[in-house]
Amino acid sequence: MPLLEIKNLTVSFDTAAGPFMAVQGIDLSIEPREVLAIVGESGSGKSVAMLAVMGLLPNTATVKADRMAFDGVDLLELSPSERRKIVGKDISMIFQEPIASLNPCFTVGFQIEEVLRFHMGMDRAQRRARAIELMKLVGIADPEERLSSFPHQMSGGQCQRVMIAIAIACNPKLLIADEPTTALDVTIQKQILDLLVSLQAKYGMGLIMITHNMGVVAETADRVIVQYKGRKMEEADVLSLFESPKSNYTRALLSALPENAVGDRLPTVSDMMFEPAPSAAGAAS
Amino acid sequence: MSTTVLEGKNIVRDYHIGGGLFTGPRTVHAVKGVSFKVDKGKTLAIVGESGCGKSTLARIITLIDPATAGELFIDGNKVDIARNGLTKEMRRKVQIVFQNPYGSLNPRQKIGDVLGEPLLINTDKSAAERRDLAMKMLKKVGLGQEHYNRYPHMFSGGQRQRIAIARALMLNPSLLVLDEPVSALDLSVQAQVLNLLADLQDEFQLTYVFISHDLSVVRYIADDVMVMYFGEAVEYGSRDEVFADPKHSYTRTLFAATPRADVASIRARLAKKKAA
Repeated sequence: MPLLEIKNLTVSFDTAAGPFMAVQGIDLSIEPREVLAIVGESGSGKSVAMLAVMGLLPNTATVKADRMAFDGVDLLELSPSERRKIVGKDISMIFQEPIASLNPCFTVGFQIEEVLRFHMGMDRAQRRARAIELMKLVGIADPEERLSSFPHQMSGGQCQRVMIAIAIACNPKLLIADEPTTALDVTIQKQILDLLVSLQAKYGMGLIMITHNMGVVAETADRVIVQYKGRKMEEADVLSLFESPKSNYTRALLSALPENAVGDRLPTVSDMMFEPAPSAAGAAS
Repeated sequence: MSTTVLEGKNIVRDYHIGGGLFTGPRTVHAVKGVSFKVDKGKTLAIVGESGCGKSTLARIITLIDPATAGELFIDGNKVDIARNGLTKEMRRKVQIVFQNPYGSLNPRQKIGDVLGEPLLINTDKSAAERRDLAMKMLKKVGLGQEHYNRYPHMFSGGQRQRIAIARALMLNPSLLVLDEPVSALDLSVQAQVLNLLADLQDEFQLTYVFISHDLSVVRYIADDVMVMYFGEAVEYGSRDEVFADPKHSYTRTLFAATPRADVASIRARLAKKKAA
């Protein structure tokens, strides 16, 4: 049974100019212990689809799906309070801007323990012990002392480690990482990616990596979904995607990588996407 | 013989942080004696992680901040803005394009005015001439005349970066400092902007100082590469030298950390994973 199964997901936003379709019929499934990467440019709906799974979209959004099941439970049927018990515990998410996603008013220790109190009902001593354990797990030195630091006292990489600690605090079955390294330096990016992948292997989590960086995909994923303008362009395992991309769009993305430059000019996506709007039929999926 | 457009000798920049009630004053050495030289029509890339002083160096080269010590030559003339101030002539020669095109354009200024303003301030061209030049520049960077009367919010990130580049080129500078110009852009848009920069460099014989932390971009665009680490230039040489044979351990760390998107390394990773 897949860990997360989504069939024909559409998300539309009500705007002044009428409804805007951010996600148009995405199918997606991830098995336990699998690393799935969702790649696309900004506006391709990759984050919105995952926010819909988490139930974090604003009221202006309409989420429709034929099926959206996590671990056999249909998420769309659940009441908000039942859903809150799953989200943050069995499915958790980390975001792009580590410093902005932590609350600046509370210590990182408080923010880690908050999850443990809410979802696990641990008492104070248990929470503290677990928080220290988590800080060690994500590789923060002096965890006992760092628990009482505020986010502004830590670097971006450390904040992202704290975010990961919060996300894995309740041993989730599925971790969604939304551009976890975009705001970080390459050396730190490498450390965070290694950490995510090692935690994924250690705890057998499913991991969904949302990214626009082909390098990150190549370094982490088992399977890849390529999205463009709210539609799925291609789905393939990582090796065949890089070896023999099927859709025009994927080919365009790969050739736009500076390291693949032939001659003086980089091919751009518009050179290769002759059709004005991509249709699902034109893409191999 | 090629002419040297930009030369820096032992550039140092210290920031003095005044002490508060409980802390004494201290000095941050942001740039510690960096030397470099760029010839006309070439690109020097400066690589390093955040906090290594590369943007401070960019501000010194762009004549925004004076250097604490060291000598800066532009077009062979020694420039010392701390002592002699900055002439209009000097200001025209060096221009900068910033990282975030969303932050570097005034939201209340139409694109035509964005492009006309450098001319208004630094030259005595008439309004009609300014308009003419702005229109021409819009075309050069791949935008149309219909964009002249629009506001920045009506453009995408890539288009805004084109506008920022156009604005920088309005005064025909000889040196353009690009402070992470493509790191806020999507991959496909990044390719377009890099192409544009290459075209403009050919057309106007521009000299670029390209600041980036993305090694794959640097490898594509640079002639010379300087790697900075904690304010020092730990590696400086031609692109091929640096990429083929990195000398400093930090450079090697940087190369090792850069994700590789080729089939061979994916194979290696998958094989390793299977074995584990």
